[in-house]
Amino acid sequence: MIMRKVVEGSIAVAHAVRTIKPDVIAAYPITPQTHIVEKISEYIANGELNAEYVRADSEFSAISILVGASATGARTFTSTSSQGLALMHEVLFNAAGMRLPIVISVANRALSAPLNIWNDQQDSISQRDSGWIQFYAEDIQEAHDLLAIAYRVSEDIEVRLPSMVCMDGFILTHAYEPVELFEESEIRDFLPDYNPEVYLTTENPLTFGALATPEYYTEFRYVQTRAMERAEKKIAESLKEFNEHFQRGETDLLPVHGPEDGDVLVVSSGSLVSTVKEVAEKLGNDGFGVKVGKMLCFRPFPADAMRKIADGVDKVIVFEKDVSPGSEGAIFSEVKGALYHSENRPEAYGFAVGLGGRDVPERVLEKLIMECIRGERKEGFHFGDVRPVREAIL
Amino acid sequence: MDEVVITLGGVVKPGTARKNKTGSWKVFKPVVDHEKCILCMRCVNYCPEPCISVVDEKIEMDYDYCKGCGICGDVCPVDAIEMVYETKG
Amino acid sequence: MSVFIVEVRIHGRGGQGSVTAAELLAISAFKDGLYSQAFPSFGVERRGAPVRAFLRISDSKITKKTQIYEPDYIIVQDPTLLDVERVDAGLKEDGMAIINTPKRAEELDYGINTELKTIDATRLAIEVLGRPITNTAMIGAFAGATGLISIGSIKDAIMERFSGQMGEKNARLAEIAYERMR
Repeated sequence: MIMRKVVEGSIAVAHAVRTIKPDVIAAYPITPQTHIVEKISEYIANGELNAEYVRADSEFSAISILVGASATGARTFTSTSSQGLALMHEVLFNAAGMRLPIVISVANRALSAPLNIWNDQQDSISQRDSGWIQFYAEDIQEAHDLLAIAYRVSEDIEVRLPSMVCMDGFILTHAYEPVELFEESEIRDFLPDYNPEVYLTTENPLTFGALATPEYYTEFRYVQTRAMERAEKKIAESLKEFNEHFQRGETDLLPVHGPEDGDVLVVSSGSLVSTVKEVAEKLGNDGFGVKVGKMLCFRPFPADAMRKIADGVDKVIVFEKDVSPGSEGAIFSEVKGALYHSENRPEAYGFAVGLGGRDVPERVLEKLIMECIRGERKEGFHFGDVRPVREAIL
Repeated sequence: MDEVVITLGGVVKPGTARKNKTGSWKVFKPVVDHEKCILCMRCVNYCPEPCISVVDEKIEMDYDYCKGCGICGDVCPVDAIEMVYETKG
Repeated sequence: MSVFIVEVRIHGRGGQGSVTAAELLAISAFKDGLYSQAFPSFGVERRGAPVRAFLRISDSKITKKTQIYEPDYIIVQDPTLLDVERVDAGLKEDGMAIINTPKRAEELDYGINTELKTIDATRLAIEVLGRPITNTAMIGAFAGATGLISIGSIKDAIMERFSGQMGEKNARLAEIAYERMR
């Protein structure tokens, strides 16, 4: 039986967590994530979820508590945003290096300064080198579903790496849509219990994250990188199995929408993909072949799949909600990096849009895509929706 | 498109909240009965805005900024503040 | 392919339950067998500050994630908003404005060019709930004025959202507003 309800994005995520049954949750509130952990603490208080909930004194503590808990073999969860994720930065590397399958639900939000509570993806994109798997959800259903996939991939012995499931703050966390919610029994069939081979107990003390001298450190990073490569295969498998199990969701690591023989490929991530698809469809009706690549996971980066979907296109356009000052958008850099090895390298255009919660209407994307098609834009990276600026000193 | 001025580091001068006249937000308006008022100053201290002051030995409400929260009426020990529904529009 | 999609923008002030109004309408539409989506304008949440909430209703899955610029309907929860912004910005010519005000539509000197319906929802809310919280009155009024959503589903959604007497009172308020608008 399918349980389909109109719920808020945060509540859908909390519901998914409840059915996945983590043993330990540690969190610190931050907008726009707060509804998620509020709801989870309510489930625990009402006896609907049997888990230890730790109200941490900061995000740094929250993730540190989960590192300890995960080392004892517990299934763990937290959620955060923006400065909260930035504060976790140091510990994220520890979690990945210790190969602990912690899962974070990230409600994507801009970073300060200037202070801004609204959505972009700078917070999680900035953590790309921390060794965490990163998923980006297009809608509420996917944010809910990807949690099960994240745990399954993270806890797989071939992988054993932590995951972030990123969802656009407010746009998805605070929106209400009909969602097919997990039943506990169906999740049990898809996601086995987490029973690690090695775990910490008072009877069997172990050291996690011990010193690795120059003779060993490189090899640790090497095996971690290999695990991330294996994760790519595991994600692809899990997506397919999820789809068979639940009859919904993407089946490819890098899903493509639109005409296979399109001359233009537009790549984007998160909720922006929906708007890009609408625009591509409209341009298709106007006679332009535009296909859309959905970056479902940014780590591992699906470079092979990117080359495959870009094969034969004249132009690649990337829309992303982040920027690396002094360089360009991170996704743009990586897409170009993947395409360097293509036989026929397409022209490449990158745009930062929707920073700090700026809405990205269809007309903005349509204008930018058409400017690229008509050759009115220089190849390279641009701010897509910036107003004319005069710099001043107070 | 309109040009936007961005100051170095986003530095701004203080007092910008004064420009935002939040008084239009209220549904109920606090009205003081000066006959009953004993000038105990509780409302002055409890007003979260703070937009209650004493002028010439009388309580004065700054309706430009009063949002109509009603805390002043709640804390008044002699019921000298009535929250009156403002018909608008 | 989508046969129809209706876009609604709700204007209110923080604390008046505009987001809840959008949520309840989304749930009600879903109960009627339609697809729906509701979301707030993501402002800084302060009691009394002008806020917006958005609603889409369709007969097929809704993928749009952008804010609503050309609504088919606007719902205005607080008449004082008319003094501070053009609540009808982008409102479609064949659209409709539903405004909470004690004035009759023909008395309202605001220059709305579309169909306009008014209801004194604040007065009704004070009478029925004892509080000037107008959201359930306004969603009842929306159902009555547009015929897009059944009052039965609206009452069910309200009863699920608010328990006990609070639910019953709000359901009654929605129904009174619904009848006034028919």
